[in-house]
Amino acid sequence: MATTNSAEPTRRDFLYIATAATGAVGAGFAAWPFIHQMNPDASALALSTTEVDISAIQPGQIVTVKFRGKAMFVRRRTKGEIDAARKDDTAALPDPAKDADRVKPGKDEWLIVSGVCTHLGCTPVGTAGGRGDFDGWFCPCHGSHYDTSGRIRKGPAPLNLPVPEYQFTSDTVVLITDLKNA
Amino acid sequence: MAGHSTYQPQNAIAKWLERRLPIISMMHGQAVAFPTPRNLNYFWTFGAIAMFMLITMILTGIVLVMHYTPHTSLAFNSVEHIMRDVNYGWLIRNLHQNGASLFFIAVYMHILRGLYFGSYKEPREVLWILGVLIFLLMMATAFMGYVLPWGQMSFWGATVITNLFSAFPIVGDPVVSWLWGGFSVDNPTLNRFFALHYLLPFMILGVVVLHIWALHVSGNGNPTGVEVKSEQDTLPFHPYYTIKDLFAVAVFFIFFLIFVFYMPMFFNHPDNNIEANPLVTPAHIVPEWYFLPFYAILRAVPDKLGGVLAMFGAIAVMFILPWLDTSKIRSMTYRPIAKVFFWLFVVACVALGYLGAAPAEGLYVVFSRIFMAIYFGYFVFLFVIGLVEKPKPLPNSITESVLS
Amino acid sequence: MFTQTKSRVRTFLAAATLAIGAVAAATPALASGDVVHIERQKWSFSGAFGTYDKAQLQRGFKVYKEVCSACHGMGLVSFRNLVQSGGPEFSEAQVKALIKEAGYETLDGPNDQGEMFKRPSRLSDRLPSPFPNPEAARAANNGAYPPDFSMIAKARAVAGSYPGSFLVDGLTLYAEHGPDYIYNLITGYKDAPKGHECADGLNYNDKFLSGTCIAMAAPISDDQVTYEDGSKQTVDQYARDVSAFLNWAAEPKLNERKQIGFLTLLFLTVLAGLLYLTTRKLWSGIKH
Repeated sequence: MATTNSAEPTRRDFLYIATAATGAVGAGFAAWPFIHQMNPDASALALSTTEVDISAIQPGQIVTVKFRGKAMFVRRRTKGEIDAARKDDTAALPDPAKDADRVKPGKDEWLIVSGVCTHLGCTPVGTAGGRGDFDGWFCPCHGSHYDTSGRIRKGPAPLNLPVPEYQFTSDTVVLITDLKNA
Repeated sequence: MAGHSTYQPQNAIAKWLERRLPIISMMHGQAVAFPTPRNLNYFWTFGAIAMFMLITMILTGIVLVMHYTPHTSLAFNSVEHIMRDVNYGWLIRNLHQNGASLFFIAVYMHILRGLYFGSYKEPREVLWILGVLIFLLMMATAFMGYVLPWGQMSFWGATVITNLFSAFPIVGDPVVSWLWGGFSVDNPTLNRFFALHYLLPFMILGVVVLHIWALHVSGNGNPTGVEVKSEQDTLPFHPYYTIKDLFAVAVFFIFFLIFVFYMPMFFNHPDNNIEANPLVTPAHIVPEWYFLPFYAILRAVPDKLGGVLAMFGAIAVMFILPWLDTSKIRSMTYRPIAKVFFWLFVVACVALGYLGAAPAEGLYVVFSRIFMAIYFGYFVFLFVIGLVEKPKPLPNSITESVLS
Repeated sequence: MFTQTKSRVRTFLAAATLAIGAVAAATPALASGDVVHIERQKWSFSGAFGTYDKAQLQRGFKVYKEVCSACHGMGLVSFRNLVQSGGPEFSEAQVKALIKEAGYETLDGPNDQGEMFKRPSRLSDRLPSPFPNPEAARAANNGAYPPDFSMIAKARAVAGSYPGSFLVDGLTLYAEHGPDYIYNLITGYKDAPKGHECADGLNYNDKFLSGTCIAMAAPISDDQVTYEDGSKQTVDQYARDVSAFLNWAAEPKLNERKQIGFLTLLFLTVLAGLLYLTTRKLWSGIKH
């Protein structure tokens, strides 16, 4: 059809292409609100810090608090537990980390780690007697063992329990502010 | 009409699929090569516009359900949560809320076009009846959707409309408490309305498929009302009507989005921004505008049961319209007398709409009765006039009318 | 064909106008009977390009906080909203200071002893309500419930005083019924004319939607709230500012909405134009 008049079809084709392209761009933009609405909303983002009162926690006790809808462990470690963690700094660790780097300076007693197993997201058990082979935590879902520093020692989990960003706002109050991928 | 497909599978995969599920050639026959009268005017684009509105409503509706909570103590706040916190929630909710009104505008134009050009006549009776069914389902869906935000108008609208059924003797009261799931509009009512409000749009979609199927059996009507006689009378649906319809859809969406972005509360009633309170009735209970003509008819009849019957009758009469209109001529263009009454009917519909929002007292009621008489009179008139009216001469074919 | 379509559209519009006109003309007395007359005001946020005036919203919030909030809650608005763009846009530090200074407290709990307790409000908290529930609010206000203010600007409206005014409102993008009403109400207190005196505990106000007697006494007087930006400290200015603030509380996304709206409509107009040209090109040479 294009042989008789070469100028006409080009202009016509250009118009068609421009219209189709504009329509496609519009559809792309229109899709964004429908996708973005599933992201965390303003009220969810605003709730993203948690304050923990640690004054009542006894040595050896683990308290589970909720941070952004998931578990966060606050553990007041005994002298023996700290020593065990320090001693294992040099052991063969799947995810090497020093215990001293996982607590705040001068606050060796307080271990604060995510309560989400790095395998598939279950909450490891920390009840006395059920803390696994390394006296830390034991994940019942697929048998991962964590030590008293929250480091992975045995089982399918690939990484240590991550340490969130937090600060001591006073001697008895901890403010947890952020956790990557949480 | 259908099956005009010239589609030939080109590659191996298409050929493979064609022998197992000939969906491409079917779509090609129905949506590409489908022969469509060449003389359709812009009133014929409202079908496509309504289709786009239905899709818009379903998409935004599914998104809203992701954030909405159907519980009497949480529903109102969850809608405000969507408006305030959810990313683009305000946009999606405004699209849905105003979309309902714009959907009805498109469908009303579609219906008026059908009435003017006699689209309900042989051989399109089933096509028409399916359309009326879609309209009924839309009304039910819109009514239940309006209840979900759980504002004052939601609650009292639901109370008044469900109470309509109490007008029926003996079964009335049991039916009403069955609808409510209790002794008043309450949480069970909200929950079932929510469930049905999600279900009905998909039923509408299903009936729309049947509607289009029926359309593709009989083929489109056209402004002359003269049936297609040769291939010369038609054009392939794509690209001629796909592009034209898209243009009309774009224009309609500009109109639609002006409300969404600049007057999102235009169709809404301020009282619906107050959370439902079963102890306080708002001063003026008004349904959504698209129900107003029917609401006016309801109130025009002094008897409770009579009013309810008249209101349902106003819709029911549409189902039998193909057999009420005795004229063989489809298009009002060639019916000089009937045409006048058609416009009178349109005036009556608009006037009833106005009166439905006015208080039910004094002159308003008198006018409601007059226009109600015109509304129903139109159908009686179509029966009588068809037997005596002398139509203008029809063109021999679509092509002839186009070329003249 | 096109002219025929046009003439049909014209007939349709004429019919519609005729219908409305006929009914309207025949019932003027009924239509404008007891409608409250609301003077429409100028707002920075009206029209297609109107946006909130940040300074005005800040002043309006001050009026709300120091006057209205004694009785009227704002349960759907959070402190963080005061910070977000398109609102009063206080800084986070300002809002935190404000919480401290005003001593806002939020009910939280239960704590480890199983008890509910009050703690200083955080940014993520809603503005605390003056009463724990509507019943308590009623009890403290002679049985009259001071409505929550989160949505009040959208929950009150007086239509125009002539029939069909909604069509004119639509054509002019007029959507400020709410703030107009609030402004009129606050400035509408006056001495009752003879024969219209209100019962004890009620106050005459001919802008009130539900009758001319309102339970709320004139809420504010000149110089009651101190403005730091040098704006006039009059009832008129207070009413204007707080109405704007309440409109923001009900429509916090208005700025964003109009901005996105403009771009969207601009785009859609271009697309419609291209589709029109395509349609014309396609149909050129085809009689229809």
